[in-house]
Amino acid sequence: MKLHPFSIRRFAAVVSKEFIQMRRDRVTFGMMVGIPLLQLVLFGFAINSDPKHLPTAVYSADHSVFSRTLVWALRNSSYFDVRRIADNEREIETLLAEGDVQFVVHVPVDFSRRLLRGERPSLLMQADATDPAATGNALAALNALTTTVLDRDLQGLLTDLRAQPGPVSLIMHRHYNPDIITQYNVVPGLMGVVLTMTMVIITGLAITRERERGTMENLLSTPVRPTEVMLGKLVPYILVGYIQVGFILLAARFLFQVPIVGNVALLLAIMLLFIFANLAVGITFSTLARNQLQAVQMAFFFFLPSILLSGFMFPFRGMPVWAQWLGEILPLTHFLRIVRGILLKGNGLALIAPEIWPLALFAAVVLTIGIKRYRETLD
Amino acid sequence: MTAPELVIDVHGVTKSFDGRVVVNAIEMQVARGEIYGFLGPNGSGKTTFLRMLCGLLTPDAGHGHCLGYDFRSGSAEIKKHVGYMTQRFSFYEDLSLEENLDFMSRIYGLPNRKTAVRESLDRLGLAGRRTQLAGELSGGWKQRLALAACLIHQPRLLLLDEPTAGVDPKARREFWEEIHVLAAQGLTFLITTHYMDEAERCHRLAYIAYGDLLTRGSPEEVLRHAGLTTWQVRGPQLHDLAEALRGQPGVEQVVAFGTALHVSGRNAAQLRASLESTLTPAHHSEPIESGLEDVFISLMDQAKDKF
Repeated sequence: MKLHPFSIRRFAAVVSKEFIQMRRDRVTFGMMVGIPLLQLVLFGFAINSDPKHLPTAVYSADHSVFSRTLVWALRNSSYFDVRRIADNEREIETLLAEGDVQFVVHVPVDFSRRLLRGERPSLLMQADATDPAATGNALAALNALTTTVLDRDLQGLLTDLRAQPGPVSLIMHRHYNPDIITQYNVVPGLMGVVLTMTMVIITGLAITRERERGTMENLLSTPVRPTEVMLGKLVPYILVGYIQVGFILLAARFLFQVPIVGNVALLLAIMLLFIFANLAVGITFSTLARNQLQAVQMAFFFFLPSILLSGFMFPFRGMPVWAQWLGEILPLTHFLRIVRGILLKGNGLALIAPEIWPLALFAAVVLTIGIKRYRETLD
Repeated sequence: MTAPELVIDVHGVTKSFDGRVVVNAIEMQVARGEIYGFLGPNGSGKTTFLRMLCGLLTPDAGHGHCLGYDFRSGSAEIKKHVGYMTQRFSFYEDLSLEENLDFMSRIYGLPNRKTAVRESLDRLGLAGRRTQLAGELSGGWKQRLALAACLIHQPRLLLLDEPTAGVDPKARREFWEEIHVLAAQGLTFLITTHYMDEAERCHRLAYIAYGDLLTRGSPEEVLRHAGLTTWQVRGPQLHDLAEALRGQPGVEQVVAFGTALHVSGRNAAQLRASLESTLTPAHHSEPIESGLEDVFISLMDQAKDKF
């Protein structure tokens, strides 16, 4: 019998074998279903490059009908969400530095008097512009708003004041990133992304490889303790992580000219906590994965939301509340705020403290699960 | 004569996984300098037993001593004096021979690391390949490396789990020569194997199936206890003859060996009667000595009947 160059039956045999194997490998199957689903939900519902309802504080030194109208107009616009009426200027600085609010609208002392005199008083808008994408549209909207909002109050004899270019001169202060350079925001954030990738994927792989190749069994039959194995395997990667960070810091400073205003030593110290949080994830994955492929797949499942929901690629405040809650769980979210806080805002320990404890909590919870599972897999 | 020093002396060792008993109340005594063969079908609990001995698994029940330490509470001490060679090659393929051996000697905290590594390489004839990556070695050389690594801390007991699987006959023979030399120096071996020629080279044997210990003793004792009679039959149409013999009273095993059949059973009289009624004059039959393989297959069939 002549051998056919292409046999449908042989081909069908391979296809059906492939389907059987696909069904058997639960993790891969889960990935094939899970990843598109995850992407659909995240890209479809969670991500929004035109963030609205941004938290705003108003500091008004002029209690007049005009400033009340301004606040009312901001409240009614879809971009601003007036959450705080600040009492003094010091408070404004803290609100911006801690990232509690994105904007502070500052109505100066003699705003209404100068307005009535037709002197075009200035209205000061301070924005946390570390992420230019988060503030751009809102600032444009504010510009439009101030030219028309006061028309309502400028009736009768005051109608003349509506004249162009508007009754108020809007002064914008884009704090921390005055030149609207995206790299200022992205490059420091990369540190967190690179560390997440290295710590979760590489450590997950390193531990799973040892088990997959049977070398773990050999190791554990020697006097070496499991803790010694684990720490010994992790420390080199922590070192690698710091080298990566060193490269990014140098590139940020000399290649992208990112202004580094904060304390780098503080950043490097807090980074250790972030590294631990990610290592904990890597260890936990390695106890769940049966082989290196599964470890990578699991790491990807963690990596994707980390990139998308942390505020690295898209403005955090543009996401719906449920996505923000998910984002708050992820270590990268808090680390990005810490990195940007220290490097761009010059924040000290006191100002970044609110981001440290969620990181510590995450690390503690996941590490507990990881160590518990690691112990179980030995027996 | 004084009683020999027992390196392994354990009783009632039991282990279950998810409610399934894998090792069932096994007892084992191995004397110093003995090569103890541990046999049994795949999945019979041999590896689990070895893992319990070297502290990788915690037994559910059992008591006794290993190297003079309580085998349940003293696993930290036991580990220092045991070399365990896993079924699969389990050293680092991306490390050179020398690096692998150096790593092991550091794990065991050897005082004279460099010397230990060099001596180990020399003794097993690996010196010429010391910078070669372990992953590049052939099966026989990998196994030599594994043995060298297991010996580097001068253990008193070696647990070898199917050490010669996939190794060619010459390398296997050399391996066993080496083991006999080491045993003569006082090292104790517990070796699992599926090869009958290897079983015959052990001082004593234990056969385990489905977690139960079925027999133990020297190869001669095992053969004698089994009480198996075997006939060798030559002649035409052996395949049809084998079919005809199977199921007859007294016939427990009919196995083809090249141009002959080996027919065995424990009831010698019944077996003989069945043979006489089935064989044609064209067949030539004679009694032969039963082999270990016949004994083990017979034991396994009996054990299976209980399930």
